[in-house]
Amino acid sequence: MAELSPEKRLDLYRLLRLNRSLEERLVLLYRQGRIVGGLYRSLGQEATSVGSAAALEKGDVLGPLIRNLGSVLVMGYTAREVLTQHLGRAASPSGGREGNLHFGRPERGVVSSISMLGALVPVMAGVALAARLRGRSTVAMTYIGDGGTSTGPFHEGLNFAAVQKLPLVVVAENNGWAYSTPFRKQTAARNLADRAVAYGMPAETVDGNDVLAVYAAARAAVERARRGEGPTLLEARTYRMKGHAEHDGQAYVPREELEEWAQRDPIERYAAALLASKEVTPEELAAIDRRIAEELDADVAFAEKCPFPEPGDLSGEVAPPGLDLEPAFLRRLS
Amino acid sequence: MERDETVFLLGEDIGVYGGAFRVTEGLIERFGEDRVLDTPISETAIVGAAVGAAIAGLRPIAEMQFADFISCAFDMITNFAAKSRYRTGCPVPLVVRGPAGGGVHGGPFHSQNPEAYFAHTPGLKIVQPATAYDAKGLLKAAIRDDDPVLYFEHKYLYRRVQEVLPQEDFVVPIGRALVRRVGRDLSILTYGAMVWTALDAARTLETEGIDAEVVDLRTLFPLDEETILNSVGKTNRAIVLHEATRTGGIGAEVAAVLSERCFESLDAPVVRVTAPDTPVPFSPALEEAFLPNAAKVCRAARALVGY
Repeated sequence: MAELSPEKRLDLYRLLRLNRSLEERLVLLYRQGRIVGGLYRSLGQEATSVGSAAALEKGDVLGPLIRNLGSVLVMGYTAREVLTQHLGRAASPSGGREGNLHFGRPERGVVSSISMLGALVPVMAGVALAARLRGRSTVAMTYIGDGGTSTGPFHEGLNFAAVQKLPLVVVAENNGWAYSTPFRKQTAARNLADRAVAYGMPAETVDGNDVLAVYAAARAAVERARRGEGPTLLEARTYRMKGHAEHDGQAYVPREELEEWAQRDPIERYAAALLASKEVTPEELAAIDRRIAEELDADVAFAEKCPFPEPGDLSGEVAPPGLDLEPAFLRRLS
Repeated sequence: MERDETVFLLGEDIGVYGGAFRVTEGLIERFGEDRVLDTPISETAIVGAAVGAAIAGLRPIAEMQFADFISCAFDMITNFAAKSRYRTGCPVPLVVRGPAGGGVHGGPFHSQNPEAYFAHTPGLKIVQPATAYDAKGLLKAAIRDDDPVLYFEHKYLYRRVQEVLPQEDFVVPIGRALVRRVGRDLSILTYGAMVWTALDAARTLETEGIDAEVVDLRTLFPLDEETILNSVGKTNRAIVLHEATRTGGIGAEVAAVLSERCFESLDAPVVRVTAPDTPVPFSPALEEAFLPNAAKVCRAARALVGY
């Protein structure tokens, strides 16, 4: 990884740790009953998110899914934004209209996903199309899970992107499970990367728990896209170490598989590699961890103090007629 | 497209072929294949890519070869485009347009009027022109609107309505209905090709001494409630006429508005004249029975006046 500077290598570690530590705070809040709705973890998958998004340049556009906390942290999302969003507060990026990671930041190049899986693939193809029509060198990147590759929009989006040779990178996160459905019940294909053959599109399978390997593969795909050579499907092999959401104890997952993948924890692996290369000391890594923990203390305290939205904030920036729940005659009577 | 280079088209067979109904004929020669994009048969990709391009600052116009096929892109319209501004503050200046309606023996999948599916989705706007002037003016308004607009063209009107249009730039504002014929005895509230049916009926009714007002809704969501209320407030009787099927149609919403907001003015129940709750049949004999026509409107009008 000659092209990654020591600073950037260390920053990847910081992002991986922030991804995990922030989620651990969210788990505590969830157990206290403070999180509005579900909590979707990316435990064990952090390297896929961080490594892929880190391959983008300023001006590129990212379409993250629910388990891509690491990706949006790379794009500049703050812990406070993520926390207030999960707590449904007025100060959250969506003003309480949306939960979890469902918030976009167009000015930072992030398009918000919807819950209908696969939808982001054609939409991000459209972002790439717009970039080309405007003569920009923007690359669009989005994600899909192993389950999401069964949806129609995934296939329509890939086909469209391939026909149009759009600058799009689709990272297929193969974490083995779609809620409780295992990979073998999702598809008869052996690899998600094989799906790209049908669209005349290059694909690669990479170790999703190796942040540098993900980065290198994503970087190559991004550069191909920027050269005008079209889209790439990048399959990242990883494992979902927690249930679909926090409420799900994933009793259906074989314990031995979890134990096996725990040995391949992406953060421990990366930390060991950094230490082995002697470019960083254990004390330096511990200092990063400590700084993240201190900042998160302040961020959680901030988010918990933020007020909830007012009922009057219900309508507003939505196309007219908005949400007029009160018939006119009731207003006249009151 | 001349005025604004961010406007571009995408759809099936719209470029070289000029569109199944020739709506985009000649545009690829004028604007090139980057701005008149022939796509795979892939409505989700067409609308999905249009949504993405709109988020990225362009003003795409996505064509559905027939409005019936808009169901294939339902999610992109109702969940992605319609909710984007509310959820994330990101507007989606998108137009999805296509030929709707029956009367040309297209059968169940080439004749539908799908507007009501979408009128239940806050965040969308829905328009349907009846005249050439409105077709141009509403399309321009839709393109310039920052929110997603569904623009339904009644295919029966493509070759049947002719007008000389002004040379200068004009728009027909979204959200405004228009009184097409002034009358005092009852209001016929309608849109699309049925505007012409209503005007036909009004001419027949006039010979019987019944003076019907015809209101062309033009925008189906959001409804121009003021124009509707002004008309019915004056005539005190209302027929809601549409070609789409009955239950849960735009007519039901118009009737609800009248019931809520001008109940005291009504001299008779609000009556719907619509297609029945069946798919659109193929055989001309069946389709004729299915579609509303001037005779059915006249029958309802006589009953209302005699109520």
